[in-house]
Amino acid sequence: MADELDVLESAALAELRELQTLSQLEAWRVRYLGKKSTLTSALRALSALPPEQRRTAGAHSNAVKASLQSEYEARKQELSLSTIGESIGGACLDVTLPGRALPIGRLHPITQVIQEICSVFARMGFQVIDGPEVEWDYYNFEALNIPQDHPARDMFATLWLDSSEDRNARLLRTHTSPMQIRIMEEHRPPLRFVVPGRTYRYEATDATHDWMFHQVEGLAVDSDITLRDLKETLFEFCRSIFGRDTGVRFRCDYFPFVEPGGEIAIECFQCRGGGCRLCGSTGWLEILGTGMVHPDVLARCGIDPSVYSGFAFGMGVERITILRYGVDDIRHFYSGDFRFLRQF
Amino acid sequence: MRVPLKWLLEYVPGDWTAEFIAERLTLAGIEVGAIERIGQTWNDVCVGYVTDVQPHPNADRLRLVTVDCGTSSSTVVCGAPNVATGQRVAFARVGALLIDGHSGKPASLKPAKIRGVLSEGMVCSEKELGLSEDHTSTIELPQDAPIGLPLADYMGEVVLELELTPNRPDCLSIIGVAREVAALLGGALRLPEVSLEGQGESVKDMVTVSIEDGDDCHRYCATVVKGIKLGPSPSWMQERLKASGMRPISNVVDITNYVMLEYGQPLHAFDYDTLSGRKIVVRRAREGEVFRTLDDVERRLGPGVLVIADGERPVGIAGIMGGSNTEVSESTSTILLEAANFDRAVIRRGCATLGLRTEASLRFDKGLHPDFAYTAVQRATMLLAEICGGVPAREVYDAYPACAEDRVVTLPAGEVKRLSGMDIPGDEVNRVLESLGFVQTRGDDFETCFLVPYWRGDVVGPADLVEDVIRVMGYDHIPVGTPRFTTATVMVPADLWEFKSRLRQLMAGAGFQELLTYSLSSRENLVLLSPDASLAHEPLTIANPMSREMECLRTSLRASVLDVVARNRRREHGPVRVFELSRVYFPRGKDLPVEAETLCAVLSGYSEEVSWHHGERPMDFYDAKGALEYLLAKCGVSAGFIPGDDVGLFPGRRADVIVDGEKLAVVGQIHPAVARSFEVDAHTLLFEIDVAKLMACMSGIVEYAPLSRFPYSERDLAIVVDNDVPYARVAEIIGGFDLVSRASLFDVYRGEQIPPGKKSFAIRLVFQASDRTLTDAEINKVQQKLLSKLESSVGATLRS
Repeated sequence: MADELDVLESAALAELRELQTLSQLEAWRVRYLGKKSTLTSALRALSALPPEQRRTAGAHSNAVKASLQSEYEARKQELSLSTIGESIGGACLDVTLPGRALPIGRLHPITQVIQEICSVFARMGFQVIDGPEVEWDYYNFEALNIPQDHPARDMFATLWLDSSEDRNARLLRTHTSPMQIRIMEEHRPPLRFVVPGRTYRYEATDATHDWMFHQVEGLAVDSDITLRDLKETLFEFCRSIFGRDTGVRFRCDYFPFVEPGGEIAIECFQCRGGGCRLCGSTGWLEILGTGMVHPDVLARCGIDPSVYSGFAFGMGVERITILRYGVDDIRHFYSGDFRFLRQF
Repeated sequence: MRVPLKWLLEYVPGDWTAEFIAERLTLAGIEVGAIERIGQTWNDVCVGYVTDVQPHPNADRLRLVTVDCGTSSSTVVCGAPNVATGQRVAFARVGALLIDGHSGKPASLKPAKIRGVLSEGMVCSEKELGLSEDHTSTIELPQDAPIGLPLADYMGEVVLELELTPNRPDCLSIIGVAREVAALLGGALRLPEVSLEGQGESVKDMVTVSIEDGDDCHRYCATVVKGIKLGPSPSWMQERLKASGMRPISNVVDITNYVMLEYGQPLHAFDYDTLSGRKIVVRRAREGEVFRTLDDVERRLGPGVLVIADGERPVGIAGIMGGSNTEVSESTSTILLEAANFDRAVIRRGCATLGLRTEASLRFDKGLHPDFAYTAVQRATMLLAEICGGVPAREVYDAYPACAEDRVVTLPAGEVKRLSGMDIPGDEVNRVLESLGFVQTRGDDFETCFLVPYWRGDVVGPADLVEDVIRVMGYDHIPVGTPRFTTATVMVPADLWEFKSRLRQLMAGAGFQELLTYSLSSRENLVLLSPDASLAHEPLTIANPMSREMECLRTSLRASVLDVVARNRRREHGPVRVFELSRVYFPRGKDLPVEAETLCAVLSGYSEEVSWHHGERPMDFYDAKGALEYLLAKCGVSAGFIPGDDVGLFPGRRADVIVDGEKLAVVGQIHPAVARSFEVDAHTLLFEIDVAKLMACMSGIVEYAPLSRFPYSERDLAIVVDNDVPYARVAEIIGGFDLVSRASLFDVYRGEQIPPGKKSFAIRLVFQASDRTLTDAEINKVQQKLLSKLESSVGATLRS
């Protein structure tokens, strides 16, 4: 009897391993564990056995039953996992159909670049603030060492709200530099600020010029700031924005409100310095104007230029954006053409 | 400023390449924008000698010209009337790259049969060599031009094109640039010797000069030169003028231009015999005075313009342009030569008044030192004697009311290091400054004094000296390490800037495309925003607008955002969700305007792209309101919506958004008339937020409530109310029941199943207490109380 059960067990287990579907498994269960199975009959027949025999035979039969039962459960688990796909048959999803769309919003590329520029400077301890777009002649020009009739006024074709002859004339700021004055009038050093914002020029519009554009101005004033600090800070900025291995050039340049003055250019990424149309054959792309805050400007704001020094810089956001993405026409920025905006 | 390299190197000899000079100048602040190479393409073009000219057998206007090129000789067909035996010409062999006379494009010269005669080569005009547009006659080279020499070796030139900043008018001259090159590259300056030995009468007997206002004219130097023989200037001078971008005119005029390019000091030659009263008066023009300038334009002058007059009338506009009445001509034999110094502001204003800028005014309006005038007048007089055979008067007439004072700048010890961060020994500082023409006048351990050279009007303080030292040594030599971070800085409260960034992010996150549009608008566009064409706010206007489209500072973002929507609608038909966060400008009299940060969002078209998932649904008021509610919720602001009165929006489909009794935003459908004017879909919605007000409404810190550990129960409730009962009233009443933790409206019904004039709200209520499990009996009691409250307040009945 015991041998018979052992044979049964090994046959049943061998068969179980070959089963592939849940229906085959059910048939197996009926055959080996069902009411009419050999095992059930064997268990039923136990009562007819004498007590000693009954004990050993009973223990054996129950062990076989438990073994089959547990192997059955395990196999059932396996089969139901592997056949879950088959169970829905032809009702499988076409996973390549488009999903239910969420509307996709985007920031304007200029906003993105401004945020990126500001966050680089924020990491270097600069705070971001805003300033007025409509300015007094005084802040836009006079306080920046550009009085009436100064030849540097030629550098800034201006949109006026009042007669340009009027010393109290209002204008659309031609650069974000007036905020240098406003910051220094209001706060004492140490100062570290960047000011993003719209600026305006009286300028005919073409693929590379627009009359409205954005600048980011920067100002750092303290008792020990040098031209070297300027160079280190702005080189770090250029490498953060344009890549660590970008060549950067610092040369002398003139802006009336800084002295010494300079300009920072990056190596042309189209020709790598060889000379092409993008860089006007010079191999360099001008990125920003900068310099040490002019002593007269410091003094005008009540900051002693023999004790304090500082650097200032200003950059055109559209130019940086154009260079970075290879945009072919500056006018796309404010046209609102979705085909353009969707790309950023 | 165009600087011919050969001319430059005459004053500062050296064998540097053009690229090297350009790079060093550029780094030092004298930007070389481009290097032009005249003659670079002149392969197969040489100096030729015309040995014979014969008529063409088949054409009257053509001739056969035989040209000797040293090693070979060719006969070519030539149409130019000026070619003659014995001339030296620019001769192009077959294969030379020339500018085609008709197309203007470069082309390789091919042999051609012209009217039956084979022509292998060409006698060139300036146009074919790319020198000018002139191709009426061929170039005649000087008689000493070596026959057979490649033309590029004879008259090729490299020109540096400088892009100068307004602080360096001294570099609007060859000598000024030569000084820079000498200092930067360590060359020796070799300037022309200038001395004048007049032979004729004393200049004082021939002219008197009076300056009415010494503030307008700081100096007036003049000489008179007799016995002038007018003619073309020598070819070397013409070549230099042309390479510098000036047109040769006559020897006298060319000399004045040449000296201007050489020294940066403009000069003018008058025909002495046409001057009335042997007098020069520098004065303001009288109101309405009319004057014909050298460009043959009649100009009406006024007191804003400074003129040079003789005994009777103006003969020149000071520092800008001479007059036709005293112009040097064929008959001129005596000239009065002027080199003066005018106030830069007067010249600037004169140019602005007349709308006229010239090579002369370009130099004067940056400010020149009066010393240039005296040197330049002598130099020009020497050349007039040499080239035009003139006999100069004795002495120079020098009217110099207030002699310019020498400027001395003190450089404190340590200042170079304090500003530049570089340790440069004092000797090196002195050496660099001396190379630029500064003279050390005094020095001790604390400071050094430098006399500023007269041509460097831009140097006024120690920072200027520091710049000069560093730029000559090279900004590229400033070491670059890790930036020093000073964390100390005055802290200002993070103002609007951060909040604006957050709002933009939220809007983009909610599926809106950000726009940026121009701040200026046409008046018409602002007017069109209200159906009755009224302006809520009179906008500020630009005094010098570029066009009527950009005349007003906008008082609303709507017009430009709707314009963008309309423009895109013509290109594509997807759902539109856009916003702009920018400023609008409200005037405050003569003061600066209020610049109000505003967020304007527009939704238009169907709610989603056409798709296989569902049908198309046009967006409506509740799409706009939903987006606005999202934004308010993300800002932690709870606001009330009440029927609005914004004139640009559809009556009955517009709301004001109120927080603490103040209007913060509007939302609604665009008024149909406005939609028509801007050519957008009728189903266009917008909302507009006053950003500063929104920021002020934001509650600082979230009020935390402990979480309930007890289960919740849901009950659905349908009530019937009069049509004019706003849902907000119902929600408010439900909100007064503490045990109702959430209420969601899931249906609004009007129709047959309820009485006319009524509507039904179906609301799912969630009941939950923080301290116990609610029993059914308790919930029933609360719901009953809620119903009776709704009944007594808004006449609600339970829908049967």
